[in-house]
Amino acid sequence: MTELTLTANIDVPDDFYADLIDAHEGLSKEASDALNARLILILANHIGNRAILKQALDTASHQKGG
Amino acid sequence: MLDERYSLAYELYPYERSPDQDNDTAKRHPVVVMGGGPIGIGMALDLGLQGIPVVVLDDHAGVGMGSRAICFAKRCLEIADRYGCGEPMLEKGVVWNLGKVFHKDHKVFEFNLLPEDGHKFPAFINMQQPYFESFQIERLRELQSQGAPIEIRGQNRVDGVNVHDDHVVLEVMTPDGPYKLEADWLIGADGANSPLRNMLDLEFTGKVFQDSFLIADIKITDDVDFPTERWFWFEPSHGSGASTLLHKQPDDVWRVDFQIGWDVDRKEEMKEENIRRRLDAFLGGVKYDMVWSSIYTFQCKRMDSFRNGRVLFAGDSAHQVSPFGARGANSGMQDVDNLGWKLGLVVNGVADDNLLDTYNSERAHGADENIMNSTRSTDFITPKSAQSRIFRDAVLALANDHEFARPLVNSGRLSVPCTYDGSSLNSADGMAGPERTRPGSPCPDAHLKDGFLLNQLGNEFVLFCINTEGPTELQECGVNVRMVSLSAVDDPKGAVAERYLGDAPSAVYLIRPDQHVAARRETYNENLVRAEIRRAIGKE
Ligand SMILES: Cc1cc2nc3c(=O)[nH]c(=O)nc-3n(C[C@H](O)[C@H](O)[C@H](O)COP(=O)(O)OP(=O)(O)OC[C@H]3O[C@@H](n4cnc5c(N)ncnc54)[C@H](O)[C@@H]3O)c2cc1C
Repeated sequence: MTELTLTANIDVPDDFYADLIDAHEGLSKEASDALNARLILILANHIGNRAILKQALDTASHQKGG
Repeated sequence: MLDERYSLAYELYPYERSPDQDNDTAKRHPVVVMGGGPIGIGMALDLGLQGIPVVVLDDHAGVGMGSRAICFAKRCLEIADRYGCGEPMLEKGVVWNLGKVFHKDHKVFEFNLLPEDGHKFPAFINMQQPYFESFQIERLRELQSQGAPIEIRGQNRVDGVNVHDDHVVLEVMTPDGPYKLEADWLIGADGANSPLRNMLDLEFTGKVFQDSFLIADIKITDDVDFPTERWFWFEPSHGSGASTLLHKQPDDVWRVDFQIGWDVDRKEEMKEENIRRRLDAFLGGVKYDMVWSSIYTFQCKRMDSFRNGRVLFAGDSAHQVSPFGARGANSGMQDVDNLGWKLGLVVNGVADDNLLDTYNSERAHGADENIMNSTRSTDFITPKSAQSRIFRDAVLALANDHEFARPLVNSGRLSVPCTYDGSSLNSADGMAGPERTRPGSPCPDAHLKDGFLLNQLGNEFVLFCINTEGPTELQECGVNVRMVSLSAVDDPKGAVAERYLGDAPSAVYLIRPDQHVAARRETYNENLVRAEIRRAIGKE
């Protein structure tokens, strides 16, 4: 599979989102940024496939910011 | 002496002197309900239908003005229907299925509640809370006229309680002065600020959210046609709030809900010209009349235990949630649905009072689910840290183009009924049936050849036999079980088979008076079913 999944794929999305926000609770900006960086690297390793990682980077970069 | 804390929409139970006030000794009643809001009245309907005498005391003479709750969910309406007042609600209410979510100026996505076919009630209706309460009281009056032992005493304020091991003494204030009353059981349905909780010095713990919301119910007088949808804005660019909700109610009334921050001057914000300033920025030139407005702040809190000996709490007095997701009145109605039959069995001496502990365990589970969901919605709508806001905004930005991010957008997860998984009243699942009807689940409705399934279940224990024979009658430990039998001819659309059989050829469900599944198996087995009944009333 070399297509980035952009359809819903997270099991119980609300639980995941709550875990994500909880992980950051009480952290300083720096500690939060560092956590995000580690998380991205861990998830990237899990994905492994360079083509997909490239598509993910492109998708995130081309998204107009919030 | 009796102040009016709020003005009335309808005066439905004006003060009348009760003979109890002229007694030398306090009169004892089996059940007294403190508070005549939607939950107290729900409690009275449930008990009255069982023939259990109940007295409701409310410190006002009727239903409060102002709509507060507007979204009533399917399960809440099904319970109202079991009490006999669901149909007028359905007729009055506005049915909606489509929701739209906006961020700043643009639409991020829309969702459809996609209701399943074959249910008497839709996923939600919108209706002003005073209508909900009036339909309840209308039904209460009808039951009274048929001889149901329900009494409602307006302008009877409970000022003090004295709790004993086997009864409670109440001090009640009326326009004619004070009197005393005794109750075997006291139900606290006296709302979020519960004076009863304070009298008993019981804690109410959880989170207070640092935000306030300005609600305006308006009647559009122009000829514009807003659709019957739920529209939610994150950071609307009209700038009149950090989030805004627009939702339709009956009588051409719209609910507009602005999130206005914590540090606001309430008095200033409540001035009509200031409310209109926000509305005008939002509605851009549309003409409207103002019907009702209010500022509210909220908390997600609950009591440690909803049972304290002879005193039981239900509704907002027991647990309070944020309004996102419409869980307040909806979950309170599930409280009385759960408590009613248990209290009935205890008052009639059929069950021991430990059955009432399962009211606490089952409904605390429900309250925790509601609090968790409404806290999550609140955290998404009003992120409480910079990092949380960054993620929230990223989700909104991605949701525009990418489907995967949409389930993460949380503008309120709408109330769904609670399944009492793990309750001590459930028997082990005796068949490989559908997940949604496992023991503990609320029975899903289904269209039958004649009418709807739920109208045949509830109020008593029911043995529901599908494609198989049960006994003609069954009694166990003083519980009378009613028989309901259906086969394929009664189920032309196959909904009963789909929802209750799955791949099984037949099924026998034991269903509690609150329409929750207690036990199920493929075929009838007398000994096992008797044990399941005993377990369902806390005797096994
Ligand atoms: C803005 C807003 C929007 C909401 N939207 C929704 C929604 O869409 N869906 C939903 O399900 N819920 C919603 N809710 C919540 C809903 O309004 C409440 O959950 C519901 O009213 C609770 O009912 P209750 O009977 O427990 O308490 P209440 O309605 O507060 O009733 C308590 C009663 O007790 C009486 N009382 C108080 N003290 C005494 C005393 N000492 N003696 C005698 N009587 C007393 C009071 O006068 C009152 O009549 C909303 C709430 C707000 C504020």
